Amino acid sequence: MSMYKIAVIGDKDSILGFKTLGVTTFPVVDAGAALAVLKQVSREKYAVLFITEELAQHLEDPIAELNKRFLPVVLPIPNNKGTLGIGISKVKESVEKAIGADILFRKEG
Amino acid sequence: MEIRVNPTRMELNQLKKRLQMALRGHKLLKDKRDELISQFLERVRKNKELREEIEAELTAAMAKFLLARAVMPAEMLEEALMYPTTRLSLTVEKQNIMSVYAPRLSWKQEASTRGEESSIYPYGFVGTSAELDSSIETLAKILPKLMELAELEKAVQLLADEIEKTRRRVNALEYVLIPRMQETVRYITMKLDENERAALTRLMKIKDIVRAKV
Repeated sequence: MSMYKIAVIGDKDSILGFKTLGVTTFPVVDAGAALAVLKQVSREKYAVLFITEELAQHLEDPIAELNKRFLPVVLPIPNNKGTLGIGISKVKESVEKAIGADILFRKEG
Repeated sequence: MEIRVNPTRMELNQLKKRLQMALRGHKLLKDKRDELISQFLERVRKNKELREEIEAELTAAMAKFLLARAVMPAEMLEEALMYPTTRLSLTVEKQNIMSVYAPRLSWKQEASTRGEESSIYPYGFVGTSAELDSSIETLAKILPKLMELAELEKAVQLLADEIEKTRRRVNALEYVLIPRMQETVRYITMKLDENERAALTRLMKIKDIVRAKV
């Protein structure tokens, strides 16, 4: 069985804390740099990839591409400014894709 | 629209066989779709709850970290976090949900090679602030949940893809292929009947002519 690693991509202030947990951190400042990291990371043995929503919103296509694969798992996480609701809206998209209608979030909206 | 075929008995038999097969496939696919959806719903509910929970906690943890950063000089903070004491080792297995393969993540935290008993804090308590401690503690607590979420969310995405595909197939069978074949079967049957009637009338006519001559 092979070992995989975990990576987190985001602005330094948000992700530095992950380093203590044994997660590889990739501090980046803009979406362009994040894309480069994303490409590099998807070729290596990373199974889980946390990316801050702030960056994820600029990288929808490459992330969607990775989502179709078995690995890695790309997980948008909020950064220190709070959530942008992208993670939740992705879940919502999945529901709409699968069921054809949004049955999970309708009650609230 | 019907399929262009020769209206022969052989074609008819073949077509009937194909139709039966299509009907069976349709039923099976429909069952698959239903089961996939029930699996999907179960997971997506959990996914939603977990994500909402995590987002709140994570934002709080990061806010704490920001606070820690604010009260400490940046160099000292980076120095404190430079060498993590723990290493995360992650193994991935395949789990099979209705023949959709999703990763199952199992992981453990190992202390990196150091003799002394290590904590999650890679630094001494001199020169660092309490905010940093608490932010790291919260992060450490969130991590298991994050891994769970990662597993769930991947499964949800893959299932959504598969459901979409299956639904397309079901619909193609139900609304295109099966009606078309049924129409063609009807067309052939009618044509054959027509031929039979034509042959019959022809025979009767001939009989009449023959009888008239005698």
